[in-house]
Amino acid sequence: MPDSLSLTKITGQKGMSIGEAARRVADLGWTPSYVQEAMTFPTDYKIKKVPRDPMKQVLRSYFPMQEEKDNRVYGALDAALRGDMFRNVQPRWVEWMKLFLAIIPFPEISAARSMAMVGRLAPGEELRTGFTMQMVDEFRHSTIQMNLKKWYMENYIDPAGFDITEAAFGKCYATTIGRQFAEGFVTGDAITAANVYLTVVAETAFTNTLFVAMPSEAARNGDYALPTVFLSVQSDESRHVGNGHSMLMSIIQDPDNHLLLERDLKYAFWQNHAIVDAAVGTLVEYGTTNRDKNKESYAELWHRWIYEDYYRTYMLPLEKYGVKIHHDDVNAAWDRIVKKNYIHKTAQFFSVGWPVAFWRQEAQTEKDFEWFEHKYPGWYAEFGNYWQWYAKLSKKGEKNILFNQDVGYVYPHRCWSCLVPCLIREDMCTGEVDGKLYTYCSTVCRWTHTTAFAAEYEGRATPAMGRFSGRREWEDCYHGWDLADAITDLGFVRSDGKTLVPQPHLHFDDSKMWTLDNVRGNTLGSPLRAIREMTPEAREKHIAEYRAGFTVNVPN
Amino acid sequence: MSATQEPDAATTSAAAGAAKFAGSDSRKFNYFQPKGRRASHYEDMTVDVQPDPKRYLMQDWIISFADGQPAYNENWTAAKSTDWHQFRAVDQEWERTHYQRQSTIVGMIANVVENGRRSGAVTRFDPAWVRVLQNHLGAYKHAEFGLGMATMQAQRYGYTQMVNNAILTNSSYKLRFAQDLTLYLGEIAMDLENFDQDAGKQHWMDDPVWQGVRQSIETIGGCTDYLEQYFAVNVIFEPMVAELFRSGFVMRVAASQNDFMTPAVVSAAEGDYERNLANTVELFHMLVLDENHGAHNRALFNHWLEKHGALAQNAASQLQPIWSEPRVKIAQFTDAIEQQKNRMRAIGSEIGLDVRSILD
Repeated sequence: MPDSLSLTKITGQKGMSIGEAARRVADLGWTPSYVQEAMTFPTDYKIKKVPRDPMKQVLRSYFPMQEEKDNRVYGALDAALRGDMFRNVQPRWVEWMKLFLAIIPFPEISAARSMAMVGRLAPGEELRTGFTMQMVDEFRHSTIQMNLKKWYMENYIDPAGFDITEAAFGKCYATTIGRQFAEGFVTGDAITAANVYLTVVAETAFTNTLFVAMPSEAARNGDYALPTVFLSVQSDESRHVGNGHSMLMSIIQDPDNHLLLERDLKYAFWQNHAIVDAAVGTLVEYGTTNRDKNKESYAELWHRWIYEDYYRTYMLPLEKYGVKIHHDDVNAAWDRIVKKNYIHKTAQFFSVGWPVAFWRQEAQTEKDFEWFEHKYPGWYAEFGNYWQWYAKLSKKGEKNILFNQDVGYVYPHRCWSCLVPCLIREDMCTGEVDGKLYTYCSTVCRWTHTTAFAAEYEGRATPAMGRFSGRREWEDCYHGWDLADAITDLGFVRSDGKTLVPQPHLHFDDSKMWTLDNVRGNTLGSPLRAIREMTPEAREKHIAEYRAGFTVNVPN
Repeated sequence: MSATQEPDAATTSAAAGAAKFAGSDSRKFNYFQPKGRRASHYEDMTVDVQPDPKRYLMQDWIISFADGQPAYNENWTAAKSTDWHQFRAVDQEWERTHYQRQSTIVGMIANVVENGRRSGAVTRFDPAWVRVLQNHLGAYKHAEFGLGMATMQAQRYGYTQMVNNAILTNSSYKLRFAQDLTLYLGEIAMDLENFDQDAGKQHWMDDPVWQGVRQSIETIGGCTDYLEQYFAVNVIFEPMVAELFRSGFVMRVAASQNDFMTPAVVSAAEGDYERNLANTVELFHMLVLDENHGAHNRALFNHWLEKHGALAQNAASQLQPIWSEPRVKIAQFTDAIEQQKNRMRAIGSEIGLDVRSILD
């Protein structure tokens, strides 16, 4: 065959350019004249400038591309089974996937729903195409993650917890944090929810820690399935980042929007930090068995992706449009991670609550201690005793750590805003809304509830802004309940009707596994009810003591 | 095994079956009642992912809209159900099956168009037919886009994941087909002299033949009840107008105008609709039969039938002149409309609705 001959040359014919195809597709929309489109999701923003679709992609290239990505994912799952992945995977890691994969499919599908909320807001048709693709992407993510979860359930040694996954998601003391994350995408002001909170902050900044840091750690624990699924998911995110930025550029052109944009960037950044860093930081640092000192800690990853990549190259340039960026919040978030041990305190909280979890949490050990001390100097002094207590009290028959007075741990107040407890004790604060007292983990979370989620913001009416609702304090749901009854009500009991789904260890042995009888006789309570019932003087004293923190005793 | 604790003597692997203990054989999602004897893969991927205070959402919805509406509300449609969770999509789509099917269609259309163009088929289209494609298929693509956008909006409101995902895939199919037509017309334009790609939109906006269709589509887009949108799209507009044009005209007439390509492109939409219709019939049949709300729902659906049926009937009748435009006339509008009326009767019968009032 002559060198110059190729199949492409024989079969090729002139086609439409990508630019022309995108232009034609964008021209499918029109301005209605008989009946106007229903604008059912309100916003307080004004959107005048037509946003552009930076991706210029059409569905006929999108679908085959996505199918090919799927083929790789499902092929990799098959290969993992053939390679006997579960023989060598670390159970400590897979156990935490029971939590993570219970949460994440709902935020994903919520993102699909939220595309309907922004789809009709932007003038012009171009970006609508981008939103439609994101909608289908999110449908992909939600169901591909459900598939992964089912796959773990079918192949991992202990399926309990995976088998109740969506029921557990609606009830657990930890998943409540994930629901706060997801409901933020689909409620309130459509631009606040679906543009700023979802795409501009969550997807542009925090999916890096969710979908890149997590897979790296999974691989270090012998789990090759999570990376193949989540890196495939992450490959769709650039489209979403593009959608978000394009809409943002449309909004930011109008100075009237700046006040709301500043509010929403502040709220969205802080909530994403409070929620995503708490959850992912714990998974990555406490769900791993890999203690390679050369790998980056979560703090180091955060600095690279959130501080350098996002804050410095995405947020800061917004200032040239006249938008005030809350540098102090970014610095405060960084300080919470590196100076105030936010992630370590979250992991500690999760572990204290192990009986009301639906996954196993084993104790950190000497090998872990060494790594933590290396990465976070001073860690051992603050958390060493606690984890030794945890190891000691993980044995069946011990008084469980949540109620064991010898330990010295003080159960925290729940933050009414981010729903992560007020773990950095010195920063805990209170506030009032409509005459009711609430507790918060930080002043920014208090501002979010009292000031941002309100009908007026700095003198400007904000009728579209959402409101916090529901029984937001999880502990209130079981106030006055016996722990065993609460666990039964949660459905966190195994098929024998007595053994707990959660365990404070990784022993796959009935004789070592806790049952309802081992936790009965302890009464749960709501810290918020307690503080509301106090006299002003008692409350002031209580808050001062709370802020002073607690000391974990030396294990006996 | 974990490197962090002393392994149990009998457990040297983290694989299923490596140890036997309480719950070690619980390898099925156990929080919902499958439709059949066993849960389908679709059910496992879909059921209860959107939580609900009526099932497991213990703390209720925790962020609301300013007026107190929760993240999802049963009242977002006038239709009522004793249990929305009973619905399952008949096509059982989750992401993998959706991409496989969409990608297969994309490949099928690409083959038809590439090979057709290579063989010079486009240049042999009858000139009068080329004008029909330019003006009327070009106009019709906007109707498909309108259906896609209406269902994109509607997929936000359903009370369960099953309802919303069925509407979402419906939207995805409609949007793909609108783009299929757009790009197909753009590609055959390369083989034709003086093919005006902008003519379709002009006809869509201004040609009296298309104004009934546009009014019908815009009315669907203006609905604030998501199930009214879903109903109007699949129970009324698709059979009375869309299939009338696609099957009753394009697919029936094209071959006689030397065009084997366009029917292949359009056939994809007919396949899409069969699936979307099956899901729709399943949902509305469930609502019509609802033990507590069946009568209310029937009255509501009859109201929707009257409202959108009148618009669709008007739209269909306004399309009649198109049947006269091809040079080779092998199909009668009256036959096509009769066929679609039969289709409507069949759909009404499957759902349990009497549709005679809008047909006769």
